[in-house]
Amino acid sequence: MSEATAVLELRGVRKSYPGAVSTEVLHGIDIRVDRGEFVALVGPSGSGKSTLLNILGLLDRPTSGTVEILGEDCTGLDDAGLTKLRGRSLGFVFQFHHLLPAFTAEENVYLPLMADKGHFEPGMRERARDLLGRIGLEGFETRLASRLSGGQQQRVAIARALAMSPALVLADEPTGNLDQASGQQAFQFMRRFNRELGTAFLLVTHEPRLAALCDRTLTLVDGRIVGGETGPKGSPAVA
Amino acid sequence: MRFELQVALRFLQEGRVQTALILAGIGTGVGVIIFLSALIAGLQESIIERTLGNQAHVILQPPDEVARPQLDRANEAILEHVQRPAQRLRSILGWPGLLTDLRRRPEVVAATPTVEGSAFALRGTANRSVALRGVEPESYAGILDLRSKLTAGTFDVTGTHAVVGVELAKELGLAVGETLRLVAPNDRSEVFTISGLFDVGNKDLNLRWVFISLRAGQTLVDLSGGVSTLQLKVRDIFRAEEMAQEIRAATGLKVDSWMTLNAQILMGLRSQSSSSVMIQFFVIVAVVLGIASVLVVSVIQKGRQIGILRAFGTRREQILRIFLLQGGLLGLAGSLAGILLGTFLALAFQSTATNPDGSPIFPVALTAVLYVRSVLVALGTGLVGSWLPARRAAALDPAVAIRYE
Repeated sequence: MSEATAVLELRGVRKSYPGAVSTEVLHGIDIRVDRGEFVALVGPSGSGKSTLLNILGLLDRPTSGTVEILGEDCTGLDDAGLTKLRGRSLGFVFQFHHLLPAFTAEENVYLPLMADKGHFEPGMRERARDLLGRIGLEGFETRLASRLSGGQQQRVAIARALAMSPALVLADEPTGNLDQASGQQAFQFMRRFNRELGTAFLLVTHEPRLAALCDRTLTLVDGRIVGGETGPKGSPAVA
Repeated sequence: MRFELQVALRFLQEGRVQTALILAGIGTGVGVIIFLSALIAGLQESIIERTLGNQAHVILQPPDEVARPQLDRANEAILEHVQRPAQRLRSILGWPGLLTDLRRRPEVVAATPTVEGSAFALRGTANRSVALRGVEPESYAGILDLRSKLTAGTFDVTGTHAVVGVELAKELGLAVGETLRLVAPNDRSEVFTISGLFDVGNKDLNLRWVFISLRAGQTLVDLSGGVSTLQLKVRDIFRAEEMAQEIRAATGLKVDSWMTLNAQILMGLRSQSSSSVMIQFFVIVAVVLGIASVLVVSVIQKGRQIGILRAFGTRREQILRIFLLQGGLLGLAGSLAGILLGTFLALAFQSTATNPDGSPIFPVALTAVLYVRSVLVALGTGLVGSWLPARRAAALDPAVAIRYE
């Protein structure tokens, strides 16, 4: 695997929370995700998945170690720099979709584009409609997010995560709050976008069935990646 | 549309009830400010008009005469009492040049010379003590437009014509075309023909004032070629005292402004203004607190949405602007509602009581300046009220906001 294809690379990432006794949650994590990969991250509750995901998503900073997005070291970036990189290179799908309820489906999708440009452009609506059409939500574009079903809302969230054509989408248990059929459908859409657009996905999941469908699986236990990797690709996670 | 504006509008739309309540609050506040300001300004205009309608803003007179004791320096004596001399009617020295200079000043709207003195008005066996006003009709109109206050005849003071008030006419049984004799304290007298009767809305002035020509006045009071006062109207009436002091310092004359001549009225006006400012200040404070409390609650309620916005690349300053815009929009919309409410209240109040001539007892002054000022104050209030909530929203940690809200 060459350096040029890495969209995300963590080296020796540690995270401690200060207190009377400093608590280390992550103990030297090394992860690499390449362009076009579909990677599952599994682990029991309290293993540090959320902390790791926040660091991967540039929402939090590691206590030590480095995080590189598309080869750019994020360690020295200030908040504005992290926000810009996050907005342009990363997409997020959360367990509870987290749409903005007062906005329509298409507005939710093109808001990241507006935030980046600072204003609305007609092409943004076309981009949003295209993504919603590809995810099976044609005809729902102007419906308020709050008036969509759970499955539909999660699909809008997936479309929103892809609006800025990010290199990597971080999905935090995206099917955890959906019934099996809706969950399956959401997963399939993500997999399809991964194949068609070449967008890398890192999927946090508790479902072994879904993890088994990913290219490879990273297992986090007590703040460490353990037991090597499994999955059809079978390639080493760390270069 | 700007990103921040679109999000701000939707956030306001989302919290419909909160938005409606705070708009009602701001509208009421602005309405009260407009109503009070219009009422107090109207009353003050009315008082000023009634007070200054019949008088000059600045009056120049010769300096008072003072006794100058001749002390013998070799045998210095201590004088226990120096008697103040009686003030004679004197002319202002070099008044034509001074008048020309005064008329050139940009802040002077009108300037006129007058001869003022006392006299007796005699008609048959009836007599009355009157105040003579020898005037130049054209320039005097800039100080007091008597033509608009005539009830009979014309304002003609040429030659031996005189114009008197309606009360004096009643007392002496005068009518236009009839004559009366004016006798000055120096025993000079002249017979004048009444050319007009005026009513300046003040019974005492209607009884005492007698207008004659400047030249006739000079002759009667023995002030040949001189004038006893120069009267000025100025552009900004509240700068009259400042101007009087300037002229006093420059000329050495006795110069009084309407502000010193009507000190109690001025104090009353200032008290009214102070009360109004105090009330407006507390209304603004209440509105600021109202906006701030609504937006603080909004920041808490929308913490997760703010976190999401931050997660997909919205910058801190954009979040700050979203909440400042909400404050500004609330202020702007509230001020428009307040303008409607305040205007309605003011006009309704004005129409409740009228004078016999149909003019309102409580006049209100609804001006464009008042409206623009109210909008700007409400806009500023909205921005100030939203500043702390906006900073709080911008400082939210997106990871924490998304996870725990």
